[in-house]
This record gives sequence, C-alpha cells and structure tokens, in this order.
Amino acid sequence: MSINQPSAPLVGAIEKSPKISLIGTLAMLVEAPGEFDLIQQGRIWALADAASSWPNVQEAVIGVTNVMLVFEQPPADIDMLAASIVELWHRLPGRKADGKVIEIPVVYGGELGFDLPAVAKHTGLPAREVIRIHSEGDYTVCAVASSPGFGYLHGLDPRIHMPRKSVPSLNMRAGSVTIGGMQTGVAALSSPNGWNAIGWASVAMFDPQREQPSLMLPGDRVRFRIDRIEL
Amino acid sequence: MIEILASPAFNTIQDLGRHGARGIGVSTSGAMDPVALAAGNALLGNEDGAAGIEIQTFPFRLRFQEDMTFALTGADHVSTLAGSSMRPWWCKRARAGDILAIGTPRRGARVYATFGGGLDVPWVLGSRSTHLRAGFGGLEGRSLQTGDVIPVGKPPQEAARRFDFGAAPPDVAIPGAGPRDDGVLRIRVMRAGEYDLFSEAMQARFWSTAWKVSARSDRGGYRLTGDKLTLDAPIEMRSHGVVAGVVQVPPAGEPIIQMSDANTAGGYPKMAAVIQADLWRLGQAAPGSFVAFRDVSYQEAVAAMAPVNDYLASLRAVADLYRQL
Repeated sequence: MSINQPSAPLVGAIEKSPKISLIGTLAMLVEAPGEFDLIQQGRIWALADAASSWPNVQEAVIGVTNVMLVFEQPPADIDMLAASIVELWHRLPGRKADGKVIEIPVVYGGELGFDLPAVAKHTGLPAREVIRIHSEGDYTVCAVASSPGFGYLHGLDPRIHMPRKSVPSLNMRAGSVTIGGMQTGVAALSSPNGWNAIGWASVAMFDPQREQPSLMLPGDRVRFRIDRIEL
Repeated sequence: MIEILASPAFNTIQDLGRHGARGIGVSTSGAMDPVALAAGNALLGNEDGAAGIEIQTFPFRLRFQEDMTFALTGADHVSTLAGSSMRPWWCKRARAGDILAIGTPRRGARVYATFGGGLDVPWVLGSRSTHLRAGFGGLEGRSLQTGDVIPVGKPPQEAARRFDFGAAPPDVAIPGAGPRDDGVLRIRVMRAGEYDLFSEAMQARFWSTAWKVSARSDRGGYRLTGDKLTLDAPIEMRSHGVVAGVVQVPPAGEPIIQMSDANTAGGYPKMAAVIQADLWRLGQAAPGSFVAFRDVSYQEAVAAMAPVNDYLASLRAVADLYRQL
C-alpha cells in the first residue's frame, strides 16, 4: 500500500460507500470500501470520533477499516441513521495518525523471544537483521481490540512477515513482542497466543486502574527500541 | 459478609456488564441471564444491576455471616437454607450462621444469588463484573473459591420488612418464552452482514438444523455442532467489533455464538445475531441441549423486548408492594 494516494476521490469519480450492516438491534457495523490503507483507516477514526458523541451511541468500537456503533436503545429509524452515516463518510475529512508516539524498549530474543530463531529461519534473514528491521519500523495503531490494551499495529516490513503458529503457545507472557502474519503487536495479557514471540517489553500495556487504562489508542504511533539483544 | 464454603469452578461475581470499554479491548462480561439477575435484585428492592453470584457449577454452598436478605433466580434448581428446602425465584431473610446450599439445576444452566444491598466489591471501569481473562473485576478478577469472604452493601430496605415471597420465572410468565415439548430451544435471530454470502442451501440448513450446544461451550461462547455451513467462496474479513449473540461461521463450518465473555473483535463471517429478547434464554442453555433459529425482522426484534421489560417492571412493582404488607 502507499500512503501517497489522494485522500479525496477524484472529481467526477463515484466513490463507493461503506457497507452498513446490523448485528442485532443494538449494534451497527460500518465497513470502509476498498483495500486496507491508512487513508481509509483515518476516515474510520474520524467517523468514530463524530459518531461517538451522538445521543444513543454508547460507544464507537474501531476495528481494522471498520467501526461498530453500539447503541443504548434500538434506533428508531435505522435507514435514516445509515443514510446519515454514508453522508458523513463522504463529507468528513480523514484523521491523520496524530496520536502520541509510544516508545517501547524491547529485549529481543532470549527466553521470552523464543520464536526469534524460527522467524529468522522462515524469513531467511539473520536474527540480528530481523531485529534491526523490526526496531527500525514506524508503526501505527489502527485499533485496540481482542484483548484489553492490545493494539493492531500497521507497518510491519514485509520481509519479516511470518504466519501465525498452527499450535499456539499455551501461556505467552504479557509484554511479549510478537509477529502474526503481516502484523506485529505487544501481548497485553498472559494467555495462549498463536503469534511468534521475538522479544519482550516490560511496559504495562493495560492497567484498569489508570486514568487511561490502555497505553495504545487508535491513531498513536509506536516505535520499538532495542533495549538488549540476547542471542 | 458472606463466606463461600464450596464452589467447584467458574462461579463468578457478575452484574449487568461493563459497557463503553470495548474500544480499548475490554469485553462486557456480565450475567449470561441478565433477566434472572435483574429479577433477583427486583425481589430485594436492589437496583437491577446490583452485583450477585452467577453459579454454573454445583454443588455451591455459602454461609451468611450476618442477617441479610437474599434471592435465588435463574435455572430451576433445589436449594436449602439452614436445612429447609427453598424454591427458586424466591427471596428470603437469612440469619447469621445460616448455610445456603444450591444443587444442580433440573433445567437451565445458571443460578443467580442476589443479596439485599448487592455484593460490595470494587468498581472497575464502571462495573463489578468479573473479567476472568484479564483478571480484574469481581473478587480479585477470579472465580470464587472456598474460604472467600465477600462484603455486602447496605440494603435498600429496612430489615423489618417482609421477605418471604417469590415470582413466576420469565419463561413461564412471558408467552412463548418457555421450552417446547421437543426440548429444542427456539431462538429468534436477525440476519447479519454475511448472511447473503451463503448459498440458499446453506441458509436453509441454518434454519432447519437443531443445533447442539457442544461441551466446548462456556461464558465466552457456544460452539454448535450438528451440521456444517460452508461458503462457496471463503472470505477473509478484517477484524471488527462484535457483540454478544453474534452467530459466526468459522472456516470449519460449525457455528459459534459469542456470549458475555467474548473477545471484543472477530473476523469470521456473521450469519445472524440473537435478538436481545432471547439472549437471556440462550444464556440458560446447558451444554448438550439443542437450539434452533427463527428469522425475525428488526421491527420484530425491537418489539420482542416489550414483554421482557414489562415482566421486570411488574415484578418490581409487585415486590415493592409485597414488602409493605
């Protein structure tokens, strides 16, 4: 993908509308048209920001180029609501990844980065090169989902993509820095996990007692810094 | 205070759930049968959402460390208070030292014990529900164990009031909510985003199958067995938010219904979503039982909540009157 695409449709071009569907009477899913890119993701962020202040919207839950609106009560007029979302989608300027920059110091390899050798083997790169590529990346938090504080990060260099494991690790430690397919992430909980652990960070990704429990929020940027390498 | 004397596994403190934190990855948790929890609270004069205990493994026993009122709702079961038998959907006054023993349900899956004043565990992100996976909420974020002592809040009713009465369960009081003679639970659903991607034959199969709630079902979700639903052209969906009641179809073809403890996000094709008016009924489906789906429109789904809301409102009104007698 390229982030140099025009962010507005060309004059005269008919731009596709988002797909809107219901999940029961209390949730509406709005999916951006087209391929994944940060432009569409930014428009989803903007839509979520706007919709979350509407009356009857309990929450706008951001996903990967989609947003789910959760309602307090079933909306009286679903068709009108859908129409106003489509209208807003076409009118609203997208949001840039203008959140905070989070620097995460990582102990690469070692006991908690136990999948690093496998990643090196799969990619055909020396372990040090995998570490260099991973730590030089500039990542964007698209969404926080799946478990508390877990950020879906975009921006992993294709050279170090690595499929998820067919057999998940039974108990991956919170703070594990992982690669799963074309994504990288930091495990927020200790739990079974099918992603490949390449290192570990002693950063609390989630703390329910904090004013803002989740360290990562949509629109934030993430950089991984080499704290130590253990090969 | 109440003291837990016996609790096999996975019995937790729950309220009506944690709302508004899905956007940071926090599932709602909350009672699987919210109508039973709210009804138990209404019997006692608590707020609908006061925290109680959701009991899904048995036998469960607790000791009251002080005089207090309590109610038992949810699945049809046999229990004893200080050795005397007690009916479900009933509230009573317990004396300090009394032991409450709750036996395995004859029908249904989950019993709710509510207490006058509600369980007084800390609020976390706006709820007292236990989030087991993340280990917060409820009592230290975990299942209850023998020896746990749980504080109870200040009751809303003065103790002199009358507490020894019950209510008709909602599956009796609400027409059509009860089980059929064939033992298959009829659940109303609305079609969801990817319904039209399935062939007519697959759609017909979805409606006609009596699905079995497999043994691998829990508060996170129900795995259904009995047939397979496949797509002619499998699709890769991007991760998106989901809510309890969504019926997803993984590539293997056996549907999954996400429930209270489900992840906030998913990416499997969505066939349908259980309507709010039937989600509490599904919450009482035990592993091994059967469910079948019926298609309803958005308007029908909205209208279906009226009898449920009316049931809770009239139960509360009658209980309030009864305590004055």
